[in-house]
Amino acid sequence: MLAAAGLLFFLIPLAGLVAKTPWAQVGSAVAAPGTATALGLSLVCSLCATMAALVLGIPLGLLLSRTTGTLRSVLRALTTLPMVLPPVVGGVALLLAFGRRGLVGSLLYQAFGIQIPFTTTAAVMAETFVAMPFLVIAVEAGLRSLDHRYEEAARALGASSWTVFSRVTLPLLRPAIFSGAVLCWARSLGEFGATITFAGNFPGRTQTVPIAVYIALETNPDSAIVLSLILLAVSIAVLVGMRDRWLGAL
Amino acid sequence: MIPLLAVSMVACGTAASSAALPSPTSLTVFAAASLQPAFDTIGRQLKAQQNITTTFSYAGTQTITAQLQQGAPADVFASADTAHMTTIQHAGLIAGSPRIFAHNRLEIAVEHGNPKGIHTLVDLSRAGLVVVLADPSVPAGKYAAQALAMAHVTVHPASLEPQVTGVLSKVALGEADAGIVYVSDIVTSGKVDGVAIPDDQNVIADYPIAALGAAQNPDGAQAFINYVLSAGGQAVLKTAGLQGA
Repeated sequence: MLAAAGLLFFLIPLAGLVAKTPWAQVGSAVAAPGTATALGLSLVCSLCATMAALVLGIPLGLLLSRTTGTLRSVLRALTTLPMVLPPVVGGVALLLAFGRRGLVGSLLYQAFGIQIPFTTTAAVMAETFVAMPFLVIAVEAGLRSLDHRYEEAARALGASSWTVFSRVTLPLLRPAIFSGAVLCWARSLGEFGATITFAGNFPGRTQTVPIAVYIALETNPDSAIVLSLILLAVSIAVLVGMRDRWLGAL
Repeated sequence: MIPLLAVSMVACGTAASSAALPSPTSLTVFAAASLQPAFDTIGRQLKAQQNITTTFSYAGTQTITAQLQQGAPADVFASADTAHMTTIQHAGLIAGSPRIFAHNRLEIAVEHGNPKGIHTLVDLSRAGLVVVLADPSVPAGKYAAQALAMAHVTVHPASLEPQVTGVLSKVALGEADAGIVYVSDIVTSGKVDGVAIPDDQNVIADYPIAALGAAQNPDGAQAFINYVLSAGGQAVLKTAGLQGA
């Protein structure tokens, strides 16, 4: 009974979106230049953010799984904080850190003239900031559930640390990394608050699909609905394509 | 016994003096973001004088218009341009006719001391300058685009903000070198300096106000509008950098 209610809670808004779609205008809305630009930018930014999360998040997950006690609690709180923080607050924090007058940003600006806000890089950074925790948590959970005897056996047979990691640990971690990466990608695709605060809004450079939908909603609701539907279709395709695998390592 | 009498006498006394104010009512006003400082003050004055507690919802005019069209409940709508008010009027949502209650002009916002030496609209097209504008869907963004077109200046903005106050905050934070905002924004901000735009390049924004047909408190709505148009309300608007009706 409650399960049915839960299912309906998810289903009804999605059904509403599909039901209210102006099907007659879908063609022109999809063909509109702004749509393709926003979609392309969203895909590029979310993929870059996922890659950044993989490069930084897997080592971080490793570190987390190997620490204990207070240090682990502190580290875990730090890495999951972006999940709890309102995205706009995350954006403000990024601005205060990497903006022209920011903690780190001011040094970059004065020494090299580098300005990070309002760039595509800023959009990727914002998405990485909010989405990486998903990957870190998945990797840490995967590492904890690993059978460490394989690693021990490899080490006993004389493999170096790097060989153990790349030839034994990583392949065993693949399901966890994969599911973490997909969740990370999905979160970064939908990111809005941190992006618009830190990277701003400019078509082709920082206007990702969620921002385009927000702007379009007030002036051209039909176009906004079509954009939302496209994002929904892409997300469903990916999630369905994963089938059972994404639940595996969580 | 006597303390009880004393307390009840004091209570009656205070009740008698507060009977000078009408009974308390509440009001919901949806207003353009640029009106926040002025309307917050007007809200406080209205509470003191007429016991009306006003709840304000400030956003870009285009956001409010969309919300009202979707059925958001409000008593009064104050817009930063006539186009959005007309949209609401054509949707049959207002009671009576809109009244223009204020005007606003555009001004260039720069950091304190104007470190980049911006003096005209043409300066905004300088290479390497980080300029932020409001999105064209926002009245302020629309007006800015008009002013730039009239001056034949092409600007490559770093960002198109969904609210004019977003432009102001980016300049105040030092992330943008310049932005085009309203005169009233600069007057009330105190965190940025303004560079005037000459009248022949400037755009005069007309701000209309109207009571909504579905208002829960139509009397309160009318009282609010009357106050905004009165000498007291107009004085508040002028202090906030707006020009009167």
